Amino acid sequence: MSVQPDHLVDISNLCFRYRDRDIFNNVNITVPRGKIVAIMGPSGSGKTTLLRLIGGLLLPDSGQIKVNDQDVHSLKKPQLCGLRRKMGLLFQSGALFSHLTVFENVAFPLKEHTDLPPQLLHDLVLMKLEAVGLRGAAQMMPGELSGGMARRVALARAMALDPELMMYDEPFTGQDPISMGVLLRLIKHLNRLLNLTSIVVSHDVEETCSIADYVYLMAHGSIIGEGKPQDLLASTQPQISQFMHGEADGAVPFHYPAKPYLEDLLDG
Amino acid sequence: MVNFFERLGSKTIGLLHASGQSGLFLLRILWQKPDFVRIWPVLSEQLYFVGVLSFLIVVVAGLFIGMVVGLQGYHTLQKFGAISQVGQLLALSITRELGPVLTALLFAGRAGSALTAEIGLMKATEQLASMDMMGVDPMRRIIYPRFWAGMIALPVLGLIFSMVAIYGGYWVTVQWLGVDPGSFWSNMQSAVDFRTDVLSGVIKSIVFAFLVIWVALYQGFECNPTAEGISQATTRTVVYGSLAVLGFDFLLTAMMIGGW
Repeated sequence: MSVQPDHLVDISNLCFRYRDRDIFNNVNITVPRGKIVAIMGPSGSGKTTLLRLIGGLLLPDSGQIKVNDQDVHSLKKPQLCGLRRKMGLLFQSGALFSHLTVFENVAFPLKEHTDLPPQLLHDLVLMKLEAVGLRGAAQMMPGELSGGMARRVALARAMALDPELMMYDEPFTGQDPISMGVLLRLIKHLNRLLNLTSIVVSHDVEETCSIADYVYLMAHGSIIGEGKPQDLLASTQPQISQFMHGEADGAVPFHYPAKPYLEDLLDG
Repeated sequence: MVNFFERLGSKTIGLLHASGQSGLFLLRILWQKPDFVRIWPVLSEQLYFVGVLSFLIVVVAGLFIGMVVGLQGYHTLQKFGAISQVGQLLALSITRELGPVLTALLFAGRAGSALTAEIGLMKATEQLASMDMMGVDPMRRIIYPRFWAGMIALPVLGLIFSMVAIYGGYWVTVQWLGVDPGSFWSNMQSAVDFRTDVLSGVIKSIVFAFLVIWVALYQGFECNPTAEGISQATTRTVVYGSLAVLGFDFLLTAMMIGGW
């Protein structure tokens, strides 16, 4: 019997460039099994890009990303498809198929990858929707759902094949307090009940720190801080402190670099 | 001057890059294992969207084109005392040229642009990426059925166009302008050969279907996932698709003309 590695995701020496910009510069991240790991950072720090790299949607310039001890970017297409069936990715927009009902959206991966009889498929889909509290919305179209509801349906769909790894791309962005509370509860409970490993990408400090077991803080293409949420919140390192406490000015200045104000006014 | 050459070089490289990319895109479609049984539900749905929903515009356009060709043909042939040949003129011009070409142009404008917009929007809303992340190949699930739906629908629509156009011409020349129906149909029958005229029109329709669908699907799949990007992609579908149809029409006609 093979021993499962302790880390479900292992990112080593990751380098990725987009156009003329270094998005990642020798980044190392590990995600232990069964834990919720948060990746936080300012907008444009490459958090969403990281999830796409883990999922094999993008190719790194150098470095290695292993999921369940398999190098994602050296897999052939059928093997990569097989690996992706063990992953779920909740996109920021939900990315529901607009021409299918809620039920059909959740049933989609089951229909594509299994030969389940219709009754069993029907029951499974209802169970997934029940888990996110939307069994009553099964026949609604995505256009009729609120943002929070759409994200919950997308979560049900991402979990349809019972993945080992769940990735959440900015799950709390644009959500009202109630929807945010619902999503927080779902992420935490589902991770525990289904023995998942979760990666949450977010810049919502309070919400993310309330559920994460470990946090990586990214900026300017590298990890500027990592540790347990309470350790990062207590950190006095200027960049970490500015981000974690939402300070307008600090290590990352408020003003974009420019010549002196008076000089600019007089030049006009 | 240097800037001009820089821009020219950049445009040329961009064109070559796009050509190569679209060629690889086409190979990825054609390389799929044929599995019409599995894709039949999606294929039938797409046949409805690109074929059945284009039926009305093809019929109306065909009717008017036939009527115009009949009217123009009658007035021109009248000067030479040859109005009895109007049926032949109508049938040959429609089955050989107007039917396949105009159907393809209408198809590019109606169905081609709709396909581009649909796929572009799926890209912009990350539906294609989410499909990829579920281990479902978007090429197989989205592109492949739409490709074959277009390849089946356009030749059929072309035949429908030709039939309706000939009837439109009959209605104008015989019913309205008084051409003898016997000479109309008998001259048409003796002049039109199934293999060299009707079949060559069908072959043209198949080639045009290939071109229009390829351009439409590629533009949607590779567009910039923004509102402006989708808008530009749908415009390119109609323009490039139409130009490709007209260019290949000349080539095919030049190749086939020996048989006429």
